[in-house]
Formats: sequence, C-alpha cells, structure tokens
Amino acid sequence: MGWQAAAAEILRRAFAFGTPLLLATLGEIYAERAGVLNLGVEGMMALGAFSGFFAASRTGNAWLGLAAAALAGAAASLIHAFFSITVRTKIQVVSGIALSFFGLGITGVLGQGLEGKPLETSLPIVHVPFLDRVPILGEALAEQNILVYAGILLAFVLWFFLFRSGWGIAVRSIGEDPAAADSLGVKVELVRYLCVILGGIMAGMGGGYLSIVYRPSWTEGMTGGMGWIVIALTIFSFWNPLVAIGGAYLFGALFYLSYKLQPFFPPELLTMLPYLATIVVLVIVSASGSLRRKMGVPAALGLPYDREGG
Amino acid sequence: MGLYLVKRARNSRPVVIGLSLLSVLFASLVIGVIFLAYRIDPLEAAAVLLKELMSRYGLGEVVWQSIPLILCGGGLLLAFSASFWNIGAEGQLLMGALAATWTALFSGIPGFLRVPALFLLAFGAGALWGIIPAVLKTKFRIPEVITTLMLNYVALNLVLYLIHGPWKGEKVYGFAYTDTFPASAWLPVIGPTRIHWPTLALGLALLFAVDLILKRTRLGYEIKVVSRSLDAGRYAKISYFRTIFLVMVVSGGMAGLAGAGEVAGVHHLLRHPDQVSLGYGYTAIVVAWLARGNPYAIVASSVLMGMILVAGDVIQVSYGFPSSLVKVFTGLILFFLIAGDLLITYRVAWKGRDC
Amino acid sequence: MEKTSDPRIPVVSLRGVTKTFPGCVVANEDVDLDLHAGEVHALLGENGAGKSTLMNILSGMVRPDRGELLFEGKRWNPRTPRQAIERGIGMVHQHFMLIPSHSVAENIALGLKGLPLFLPARKIEGRIREFSARYALDVDPNARVWQLSVGERQRVEIIKVLLRGARVLILDEPTSVLTPDEIDRFFCILGRMKNEGKAIVFITHKLGEVMEVADRITILRKGRVTAHMEASEIRRMGTAARHELAFRMVGREVFLSIGRDRVERGEPILSVKDLRVFGDRGRETVNGVSFSVHRGEVFGVVGVAGNGQRELVEAVTGLRPACGGCVSLHESAGTGTECAYIPEDRLHMGAVPDLTVTDNSILTTYRASPFSKGPFLNIPAIREWGASLASRFNIAASDLNAPARQLSGGNLQRLILARELSRNASLLVAEQPTHGLDVGSTEEIWKYLLDQRRSGAVLLVSGDLSEACELSDRIGVMFKGVMTIVEGPFTEEKSREIGLMMTGLR
Repeated sequence: MGWQAAAAEILRRAFAFGTPLLLATLGEIYAERAGVLNLGVEGMMALGAFSGFFAASRTGNAWLGLAAAALAGAAASLIHAFFSITVRTKIQVVSGIALSFFGLGITGVLGQGLEGKPLETSLPIVHVPFLDRVPILGEALAEQNILVYAGILLAFVLWFFLFRSGWGIAVRSIGEDPAAADSLGVKVELVRYLCVILGGIMAGMGGGYLSIVYRPSWTEGMTGGMGWIVIALTIFSFWNPLVAIGGAYLFGALFYLSYKLQPFFPPELLTMLPYLATIVVLVIVSASGSLRRKMGVPAALGLPYDREGG
Repeated sequence: MGLYLVKRARNSRPVVIGLSLLSVLFASLVIGVIFLAYRIDPLEAAAVLLKELMSRYGLGEVVWQSIPLILCGGGLLLAFSASFWNIGAEGQLLMGALAATWTALFSGIPGFLRVPALFLLAFGAGALWGIIPAVLKTKFRIPEVITTLMLNYVALNLVLYLIHGPWKGEKVYGFAYTDTFPASAWLPVIGPTRIHWPTLALGLALLFAVDLILKRTRLGYEIKVVSRSLDAGRYAKISYFRTIFLVMVVSGGMAGLAGAGEVAGVHHLLRHPDQVSLGYGYTAIVVAWLARGNPYAIVASSVLMGMILVAGDVIQVSYGFPSSLVKVFTGLILFFLIAGDLLITYRVAWKGRDC
Repeated sequence: MEKTSDPRIPVVSLRGVTKTFPGCVVANEDVDLDLHAGEVHALLGENGAGKSTLMNILSGMVRPDRGELLFEGKRWNPRTPRQAIERGIGMVHQHFMLIPSHSVAENIALGLKGLPLFLPARKIEGRIREFSARYALDVDPNARVWQLSVGERQRVEIIKVLLRGARVLILDEPTSVLTPDEIDRFFCILGRMKNEGKAIVFITHKLGEVMEVADRITILRKGRVTAHMEASEIRRMGTAARHELAFRMVGREVFLSIGRDRVERGEPILSVKDLRVFGDRGRETVNGVSFSVHRGEVFGVVGVAGNGQRELVEAVTGLRPACGGCVSLHESAGTGTECAYIPEDRLHMGAVPDLTVTDNSILTTYRASPFSKGPFLNIPAIREWGASLASRFNIAASDLNAPARQLSGGNLQRLILARELSRNASLLVAEQPTHGLDVGSTEEIWKYLLDQRRSGAVLLVSGDLSEACELSDRIGVMFKGVMTIVEGPFTEEKSREIGLMMTGLR
C-alpha cells in the first residue's frame, strides 16, 4: 500500500471508530459546561447500544433503533440529573459511577441470549460524490455511514449553539458562576437538566452507533470502556465541540494504529496515550492563569448550586 | 414560613446503619423482581445461594474476594473522609500488582525476603499512583476525580503492555500472562481455600491503623478540619498539601497491597487486568460508601460485597444467568444509598417564628 | 436640580421592612426608604448595619418578614431576582458578578430577554456602544472580562443593568475598589445617570464622597434607620453637626465604661516596619505601615472596613505574605513567640461548624502538649479542655459533642475567644471581638482583653470607635492603607477627631 492509501485507510477507520466517541463527547461537553460531571457515560452508552440493537432487531428499522438508543440514554441521564441537580448529592461522582455499574449490568442481563446475533438492518451508508477526488482526507470521508456525517454536522451545530447563541452563553455561564447567572434570572436548574439530558441522548446515540452500525450485533461489554475515553476526550477537547472533532478522530486513529502496528509497536503504549495526554494537557492548562481562564475546567464543575449559598 | 430542609444535628448511628441495610434490602428486592421477570423463583434462588455461600467452599470464596475489598475499601474510606474523591483504586491496585510481579520474577531479591519485599514495593507503587493526583490537586487545583480516573487506564495499559511484551511468560496458552511466580513468592493460604491470610492480616491491621489515624492522631484531626473548611485549615496553619499527601500515600498504598495479594496469593502470576482486579477498585467505592465512615464497618461491607460477587458466580452456574447481575446489584445499592443520604443528612422542618 | 419639597411619588418605597435570619440575627428592623427618580440616595452604615440585606430585598433575592415594598405607589412583591429586574431594579454588586473568561458582550447578554437566539452578542454590541457613549462608560464589547481593570469591570456591570432598562440602580460600595482617578470618572457617570432620570442608591461608608454627590442620605445602624436627611440640609450644617453625623455612623449608642488599671508598658512584642501588602485584587492595600505593640498595652486599629485592616492583620498573623517591609514577633519571657488570633469571620475561619465544640476548642492549639504527644492526640485531655473552656467562659452548649453550628452566634464567639485567650500567647490579635454581642457579654470580653495585657499585648482591630477608645492605649487609624498613630488617653474630643480621620474628612 502506498503511503497515501495507507493514510487514507487510517483516516477512514478513524472516522468510523471515532464517531461514537464524538457523539458521546459532544453531549458530555454540554453537561460539563453547565457544571455537571457525568461519570455514567459508560452505562449510558451501554444502555444505548443495547436498546438500539433491541429495537432495531425487533422492528427491523434501524432508525427506530437509533431513536430507542437516544431515548434510553436520555432516561438514564435523567436519574443522574436528579441526583446531581435536585438532590444535590455532595459528589456527583457517586451517582455517575452507580449509573455506569447499573447500565453495564442491566444490559448484560437483558441482553442474554441475544449475544452475537447479527442485526439485519443498519443505517444507510452515504456516498458523497466528488469527495473521493480529494486526496487522503476526501477519500476517507467519501463513503461512510450517515451517522459519521451526522456526527460532524452535530459537532458544528452544537459548537455554534454553545458559543454563538444566547442559550450557549447561559450554559457556559452556569458552569463558571451559577450565582451570577441566577442573579440575572437564568434558570440554573432547568438548563442543567437539559444539558445532562442532551448528554444522555448523545451518549445513547453513540452506543446505538456501535450496535447498529459499527458492529451490527450485541455483545455484553461491547462499549469496552469507551465511556471513560469519552470523559478523557471531553477534557482533552477543552470542552469545545470543534476540538472534539479532531480529538475524537485522533483517538480513533490511535486505536486503529495500535491494532495495525501490533507487530512493530506495543499497542498498549499507544492506547495509553489518550489518558496520559489528557493529564498532561490539564496540567499545562491549569498551570498558566490565562490559559486556565480560556480553556480550563469550568469553574463550577461538579459543584451543586444552592441559592441560599450551599 | 414554609417547609424547608434543615441539616440534621447529628447523624445518629442507628439511622445510618439502618440506611445501609435498607439499601441492600431494596436492591435485593429489585433483583428478586428481575428474577421473577425471567421466571426464576427468587426464593428458590435465595435458598440455593445461601446453601452455596454457607458451604465451606462458598465461605472460602467469599473471604478471599473480600480481601482486596477490605484493603481498597479501607484506603478509600480514608481518602473520602478527607474529601479527596479517589476513584483510582483500580489503578493503584494494578500498580501494586505490577510491583509485586517485578519483585517476584525479576528483582533478584533472595527467596525468604521476597514476600515482605513484594508487599513493600506494592505499597510504594500504589502510594506513588495515589500521590500523583494528590500533587496535581493541591498544586494545580486539578480535580482528583479526573486524574485518578485517567491513571486507572494508564495503569491498565501498562500492565497489558508488560504481560504481552517484556514480561510475557514462557509457556503461554491462549491468553497472555507472565511466568508463574517462584514458590518463595507464593502467599500461604488457609487449608484448601484461596484465602491468602497474610494479605488479610495486613488488611485488618491497616483498617485498625486507619481507624487509629482518623480518631486518635493529629493527622486525623487535620483531615477533619481540612475536609470541611479550607479557610479554617488555613487559619489553623494546617498544610493542606501535607495532609492530602499523607492520606493518599496510605490510600494508594493499601490498594497496592490488594494488588500484591491478588497476584502473589491467588493467581501467582500477572495476567489480564480484568481478571486480576475484577473491578475491585470500583466495587471498593461502594464498600467504602456503605461503611459510612466507620473503618470497622468496612469488614462487614467487604464481606457483603464478597458474598454478592460469589453469588453472581453461583447464579451463573446454577441458572445460566449472566453474572452482570452483580453490577446491577452494586449500582442499585449505590443509588439507594445516595437516595437515602438525603433523608439522613436533612430533615424536613417547618420554619416558624423561632426567636 | 433641587428636590427639597418634591411631591412626586417615589419610584420605589420600602415601608416597615423587617428581616430576621435564622439564628435570631435581625438584619433589618422597621426600615422606611424612598427612592426618587433623578436622585442619588446615599445609604450609609458600617458593616453589619443591614445595607446588603435591604438591597437584597429590593432586588428580589430575599423576601422580607414584615413590611412592604411599593413600586410607584402600588404594592409590589418581587419573588425572584428576575421579577425585580423586569421592573427595572438593577443591582451592581460590590463583588462583581461577571464571568472572567467571557467577553463583555456575552456577560451583558446573559439572560437578557429580547435578544435573538443566534449571535446575540453581535446584536448587542451596537447597544453597548450606544450606552457606552451616552454615559461616558467607554467599554469595549469584545474585550474579555479578565483583561479589564476593576474600574472597567464596574462599568460593565453598570451597562449590564442599564441595558436591562434599569430605572433604579443600586450601587454597593462602588468606590471602594476604585483608584482616585476612577472615582472622579465614576462621579461623572453618576451625574449623567441622574440626568437621565434614574433613581440611584449609593451604598457607602465614606461620608466625604456622599457630600459630593448625594441628594438624600439615610444612615443605618444595627438594622434600623438612625438618620435621614436631605443633602442640602447637611451642606448647610456647620462643621460640628457634620462631625456629629460622622460619629453617629461609626460610634456606638450606649457608652460603656470600664475601669482600666495601670499596667507597666514593657518591651516591644510586635514590630511592624514599612509593611506593604497586596490585597485580593492585586492592588496594594497596606501602603507602608509601621508601628509596634508593647507588652502591657492594647493597640487599637480602627478604620472603616476596606482600608487595609484585614490585610494588615493577615500579614501580622502570617496568613498573607507581605510584599515589602517586615513583621517581627519578639520573644517574650515565658510565652515564646506565639500569636493568638480571633478572626472576624468566626463561622468560616475561626471555627469549623460541622465539628464538635470539643474539636473546635483545640483548633489552633492541637499540636502542643497536653493535647498531642508525638503524632497522637490525647483525647481525654482534649475533652477535659473543652469542658473547662465551656465552664470558665460561660459557653452555653447543651452537648459538647454536638456540632458547633448549633451554638448561638454569641456562644460561638465566646468559644473562639476562650480558645485564643487561653493560649497564653504573647500577642493576642482580636478582630471585632464583640461584634454582634450584647452589652453584658461585651463587658465580659473587654475584661478578658484587658487582662491579657498583664502577660502580653493585644492588637485590637475594631470597627467600633468607642470600644477602641475605651480599651486602647494607642490607636492606629487606617485610611487608604496608611496608618496614623494617635496616643491615648482618648477624650471625647480626641475620639471625634479619630472618627473624622476614619471617614476621611480630616
């Protein structure tokens, strides 16, 4: 394979594998930008994967499957939202971890007997004309599943919404200083709920992509720790949907390369990189005052808001 | 005037214990319902479980699975009491396993010193893995939730790298693992069970130590202050960095010991992390939470979780039911606990004229 | 514009407003207030007088227990901040509520109704520039807030409320964070807003400034209105009356007197030379202060809050680094170089409310024997200590093992006081030690403070002038970071002088 073709292949795989990462990360970005840390992504993705597969195989309609996946993620996130925002659990970590446990477990239980059965239907593959003339990048993007393009589109839309709209200002302000937003009449709790639910929808869709498109079938544990990578990616992307595009595909490429280069290079050292990189990036950003302001952790992340000064 | 939530004066002991028990009860009820949905008689299943768990073999299984939970849970309890949300017990455990493996296979330490050495180095490795997030939090204000989580996966990949690469064993069938440890690095067990009692003893001793630290030492006092009020800590000239540093040395170290116990006591080699840690690091979070700040209760909650883990295996063998049911149970317990938290920390009060 | 006998209906009125917080803290009692359009109404009072609570009621953050609000003569009940904003109440907080990483436009657009969903920041740019020009505010909509100076940030906050159609502007200590140049500019802006018919509430403690810009003045003390007049009245007053007003703001109603026996003045225990300290906002709040405190003396530090006292105390107690000069605690026979400190913020700093009374009783002393031996605590000794403190100092605590948050304010104060007094330190730094206490307790604490002189020295920081005059041998008056030392004894005349120095009229 010429290096150009190899590069295109890597990218092609990166797009395919990075899509569930991207989808779930976009949702988590919103949740964290609003100040809510959701560690239940793994559970939500598992629930999405299972529900998506189940609905798609029962109805024979992949789109219904995707909808079911999104719905499952939303429902799960509602639980986490309740504990984090209304109950104001001291540490949102606990609720998120409980959700991950539960999601992984219940899908394993519900999915018994359905393992390995291939899914008949799937979401359509789109062929974009002319794009295959563009070297490397275009070739890689010329023919992908519709969800891949949806992912990129959603990233742009969500970026625009987050940074160029009134609601986006509200979301970001709540994550930095909920008291300031509250004093201006912004409904802090409502916005947080909505963001967390969006996170659930996106995570569910990410899971649905796995079971409907990527590997049309269901296996227990098929999310394979992807939820945790999403958490890393959220940070690595500086909570910015556009950067998340690059990050998701970078991580995707990394995983593909780690597999492909196995004979030459230990794959684990490559798969370790996203996590290490996230820590390094955080240190760099947090060490510098001005960088932290521009790209750092949302100041109120993980802290419940209580008007009386809790 | 109106209803509002008032923080309770003090968490009364019986209420707190009651909450933990109720959470387990409710979670069990839900599991019972799941059984019913799959046409398994929950009472029959319970009987089968009890029989198995009470058997000699069953008890042995429960205890050896509780050992890492005791160690990790105890360490997490210490960290949580300092308001340091360490979710990296999994990674600290693996680093301990790694260090123990190195000591057993590659260190060249004379045979009779091997066991103490591997425990020592495992403690150190776990402590190191715990110190990193501590430093990052106190010096750079980076949330420890993130750093401990990330380090879990760094450790995981490190172990994978080693067992597939430089530490790959000579005789490998199917899965990757290192060579078997030499006999001098095997931990003794009780009778026919897999209970590696040195680790258990260490665990119980360290639980005692944690209790001592929290209740009777200056460090314990400093933890109490610093975890509740950073300002007061500053006023009292308590070094936040030093406090968290020491806490994480112990917390990480204990998890590291758990890792050593697993590789030296149970498997006698280092294999795939999923089979070594079995998610103990995450399960320990529930163990610590259930114990509600009481180190001795860790024993009870560890044994309980141990029973649940073994029960999962029993159910799988007897009914062909996936063992992921265990995860469901664990998640449910945690949910019920935090739901109940609301009740014990606050009570509903009617605000009137009280002046 | 003269408005001495204007029958117009005020834009907003408060009638008999009373607010009590849990713990029986009376923040406002029976307050009446009228705000007229095109007028600057100055609200004066020392810390804790109830100004902030009153304004929080006005801006919808807090509901009053009794009394009513009127908007243009009609009864009005704002239940949320948004309702108040919609009516045109705009509050500019002392601690700005801006998001540093966002742009000016984004901060202003936050929660603003009537903006398009997309690109609201761009839409609002034009309006920002327009307001900016109209009120001489000179604000760049695209600047990031963290880059702005304090004065610029304040102007952003002003535009924020103006753009929301504020008819009533509440300015909470607006000049306390500004440099003199910025203050001049600020008064300019104030004038323009006045001309535009806005009703302005100007919360401050600086009488001098008030004389410059206010049309009406209300003085609050301990939640009650103690004076209300038109500024024109004051301007017509003689110097004596003006001084009386100043004193009314910073002094105390009831004059306690306590016998002070003579104590020999000894060697210096604390030496402060040329101290310079940075405040939280990076400006120098202590500008070269020098003084010394000797054994056997009480050195009082007075000044209205915000003139550098806090930073001074933090530098002396070692909680804040000095950027120039030095602080030295001298070895004193028998007591070493310990410095006991009673902080102003009892609830968050001086104690840990969630810990027990016993635990709190050793917060600053737990390291020493008999409370610890090596790394271990001596629990019985600690318990004994807690009990003995409670009985010796009359701390009413039903259960020493209950969390300290259950103590009443006075008892908590006594606990902290007890703890620090019992340290036998050579220097006791006491910040507002009797703040919020009744007469009996105050007297008690005064006795303890005076007692402390026998074995060491006391650095007393008080916002209560008469207290400082009663207790101190010498007083250092802090104003804008500079200290002027006045020798005792403090006659009535001297204390009035000091009062003027505090409010900047001298």
